[in-house]
Amino acid sequence: MTVELAGLTLANPLLVASGCGGTGRELVPCLGEQGLAALGGFVTRSITLDARAGGPAPRVVETPSGLLHATGLPNPGIDLFLATELPWLARQDTRVVVSVAGRTIGEYAELARRLGRSPGLAAIEVNVDALETGSGEPFQAASVVAAVKRDLPRGLPVLVKIRPDLVRVVETVRVVLEAGADAVVVGTAQPAALPDGRPAGLSGPAVRPLALRCVTEVCAAFPAAQVVGGGGIATAADARSFLAAGAVAVQVGAALLHDPTTAARLAADLTQELV
Amino acid sequence: MTVATGERAGAVHVSGELLDTKRIGAFRHLTVVAPGVPERFRPGNFVAISLGDSSFLARRSYWVHRVRPVGGYGAAIQLVVDPNGVGGAWLAGLPAGSRIKVTGPLGRPFALPKEPVSCLLVGEGYSAAPLFPLAERLRERGCAVTMVVAGADEAHLLSSLEARRSVRAVTVVTADGSVGQKGRVAGVIEEALARSQAEVVYAAGPHDTLHAVAAAAEAHGAWSQTAVEVPQPCATGLCHGCPVPVVGEDGVARVARACSDGPVLRGDRVRWGDLG
Repeated sequence: MTVELAGLTLANPLLVASGCGGTGRELVPCLGEQGLAALGGFVTRSITLDARAGGPAPRVVETPSGLLHATGLPNPGIDLFLATELPWLARQDTRVVVSVAGRTIGEYAELARRLGRSPGLAAIEVNVDALETGSGEPFQAASVVAAVKRDLPRGLPVLVKIRPDLVRVVETVRVVLEAGADAVVVGTAQPAALPDGRPAGLSGPAVRPLALRCVTEVCAAFPAAQVVGGGGIATAADARSFLAAGAVAVQVGAALLHDPTTAARLAADLTQELV
Repeated sequence: MTVATGERAGAVHVSGELLDTKRIGAFRHLTVVAPGVPERFRPGNFVAISLGDSSFLARRSYWVHRVRPVGGYGAAIQLVVDPNGVGGAWLAGLPAGSRIKVTGPLGRPFALPKEPVSCLLVGEGYSAAPLFPLAERLRERGCAVTMVVAGADEAHLLSSLEARRSVRAVTVVTADGSVGQKGRVAGVIEEALARSQAEVVYAAGPHDTLHAVAAAAEAHGAWSQTAVEVPQPCATGLCHGCPVPVVGEDGVARVARACSDGPVLRGDRVRWGDLG
């Protein structure tokens, strides 16, 4: 049984969250015989215009029931990604969602133009948190979405990943939907800090109840919206609670770092559930 | 002389059984039955272990110290655990019979010389663990193997007695002089290189030791292979959380992932000064 997300048909409601599946190749041995086809979809780590080496160590730090991460978005840049990673991903018989991150609205638009000309991807996920100024501001998120939609040469669905900040999440979802988002992903990491004070994201089971509350509020406020839920999902029961709250699909992320076989297990379990 | 590039072996994810745990000096030696891991193991590989308390999400990596046959179980792996820190203390405190989630073998192993050349192996503390199976593999290939085993004191030294059986010569160095020569690796590496006439140097230990060995090897015109130890949050290449600054073949500065591009890297490729 399949699910429909933003006009796409997914084999099951489980997607691997951005930044938690490496380039995809590293995940293959953990997914069984099907490889990435076992997933409803694979979201790439965030791709930027220029190559980024990533930040200094430590990048990922353990905290009770969570992981703090400040990777600095290491990625090869859009050119190398399109040349070396996307062609392989496109052959994997799964829905490939490319996460994009820019410093400015112009960079997002350029990324959208480049990706729109490339075969093999099913959708774009906009990581609005990477903006240099105004990250977290609903109107900035909406401006990014509008720019991305305007510059996409064909009807590629645009997913927008939104911070599960209860105070602003409903407003943010409203404005990005108005700006043309085809679906929203509620479940970016919570803003946090590493012990040395550097800004970081907090992911893992610690944030799950917060994310679930946000998904619940968003689904109640916008019953017709397509919502993907995520945040600390580690078991099929966790995933089901997000689906029960109204999410069409779910993303699993940090749990893969603890046990890379989680995705295959959840996908199998959720597929069974739907049959 | 050429050095074969490391190959990636597929890893398995298994629930392993802790068959035996014993204290040797300051460390604890664990024998773990982890089906599928011994068959795929190459010296320099490591395993990732999930802590039993699932509120600790980061994985803990351990060098595979030895693969040995165990009656009725096929083969088992041996790990050397420093019982410090949350993960080490938990693992060291586990009773025999415990189940442990193990992923492995992981990482790029030591590259082996194609010809039977002279090799120098330099290890410090528990980190010396992967050099012992490497010594056996090199000896099988007809390489003359010399070893330097170092530690803070006798308790923090891996079995030099055993090393003496499998290699041509062993130099033991302790910081406090409790056994062998008193000093650090950096103080004996020049002489060890000169005496062994090694063409390939393998090193495993703290970063400053690896740096000293890599620099000395380069000065002698020898290849060096260093087993770099940094925390590896996922250990499987997914999270980009184990950066190691390197220089590519093209001379361009890059950042490698210790867990999947390493942990064994050419010593002349690591930007030691930038490695925290």
